[in-house]
Amino acid sequence: MDYEGQDMDYRIRLEVFEGPLDLLLHLVKKNELDIFNIPIAQITADYLSYIKLFRKLNLDFAGEFLVIASTLIYLKSRMLLPSVEPVEEEEPEDYQAELAARLIEYQKFKEVANAFREKETMQRDIYGRLPIIPEEEDYSIEATLFDLLDAFQRVAFRLEEEVREIIQEDLRVEDRIKEILELLKNKRFINFETIFSGQSSKRLLIVTFLALLELIRLRVVFARQARPFGDIRIYKAREELVARG
Amino acid sequence: MEREKLKNIVECLLFFSDKPLGLDKLAEITESENSLEVREAIEELKREYELRNSGLQVVNIAQGYQICTRSEFSSWVKKLHRSQTTFQLSLPALETLSIIAYKQPITRGEIEKIRGVDTSWVLRKLLDKKVVKISGRKKVPGRPIVYATTNEFLRYFGLKDLSEIPSLDEIKPPVGG
Repeated sequence: MDYEGQDMDYRIRLEVFEGPLDLLLHLVKKNELDIFNIPIAQITADYLSYIKLFRKLNLDFAGEFLVIASTLIYLKSRMLLPSVEPVEEEEPEDYQAELAARLIEYQKFKEVANAFREKETMQRDIYGRLPIIPEEEDYSIEATLFDLLDAFQRVAFRLEEEVREIIQEDLRVEDRIKEILELLKNKRFINFETIFSGQSSKRLLIVTFLALLELIRLRVVFARQARPFGDIRIYKAREELVARG
Repeated sequence: MEREKLKNIVECLLFFSDKPLGLDKLAEITESENSLEVREAIEELKREYELRNSGLQVVNIAQGYQICTRSEFSSWVKKLHRSQTTFQLSLPALETLSIIAYKQPITRGEIEKIRGVDTSWVLRKLLDKKVVKISGRKKVPGRPIVYATTNEFLRYFGLKDLSEIPSLDEIKPPVGG
């Protein structure tokens, strides 16, 4: 059940009946009615009494309940009033037949749903192998500032070799911080090199590196290695740590 | 390949895999000429497990094969792994899924016509659970999205393929005078 607290108005989402068809079906069964010849007056009265009950109990029910209610009332009124002249509209009998057809189809799927429930229950007791979590190297050594500087030098050295072009650059540490966090979004870690990939000037590299150091200082991210002098991965700190700053 | 060897390789693969393996895949890995001999190997394996009253079974599920535990030992498995069993689909979800299973590909509007109630939230849950997928768009004005069941749907209910869904014909109309 869903609880919705709106304006102190306490409402319970109605799950006893899946929808108006479910309620109608319930009424047909309860009163042992012939589905092909539903007494409209009786079922309308029953149906509306349920709607009233929902209201009284302050149950939140779907608008579709009212659509069927209005159809029923319409049918009832058409049946009570003698038709003076031939009407172009559909006859109440047509509605009745359509309603019966819909109820029968709905009922079928309700029973299929029950059959699926049985299969679900059976299958729940049969276990296959769990997905294998790939064995990972244990990145548990915190990288020191010197490790980070070494790694940075390697990245910067690579740049020396590739020729770079001068482009309009974003040189604010804040922006680089945002970009690093963006890279880490939805990931547990990224490789140190990833942070610098695609950066084509030394100044940009330096600002990015400063941003990384700042994030490490703030303990928003951690730089870790599997072994001394090994590759460095940048791990995201857990959410609660980030919140504390 | 020698029968016995093929059977053993297939057993290794089925044991190792965390999802059902199709005949094609098994034939490809074992470098078998045709999937028929692989199927025979699986059948033999299946019989062996049954004959020696194993706690495991070879099941034909979701258009493939998998080695699984037998249901009568579920309580023991649960003791080892408690979190596996809590999830169950809600009744609206099952109802919606039943309709999709028979009428796929089907639009949301068509589902709602049958259920008589809004279904968007339920559909989203089914998509999240990966038992239903968006399979395309219907070629009518507005080109609405159509939904279909997935392989995960078959696996979830322990079905070999779609021919195993509960038959609609066997279902009788509601009781009445």
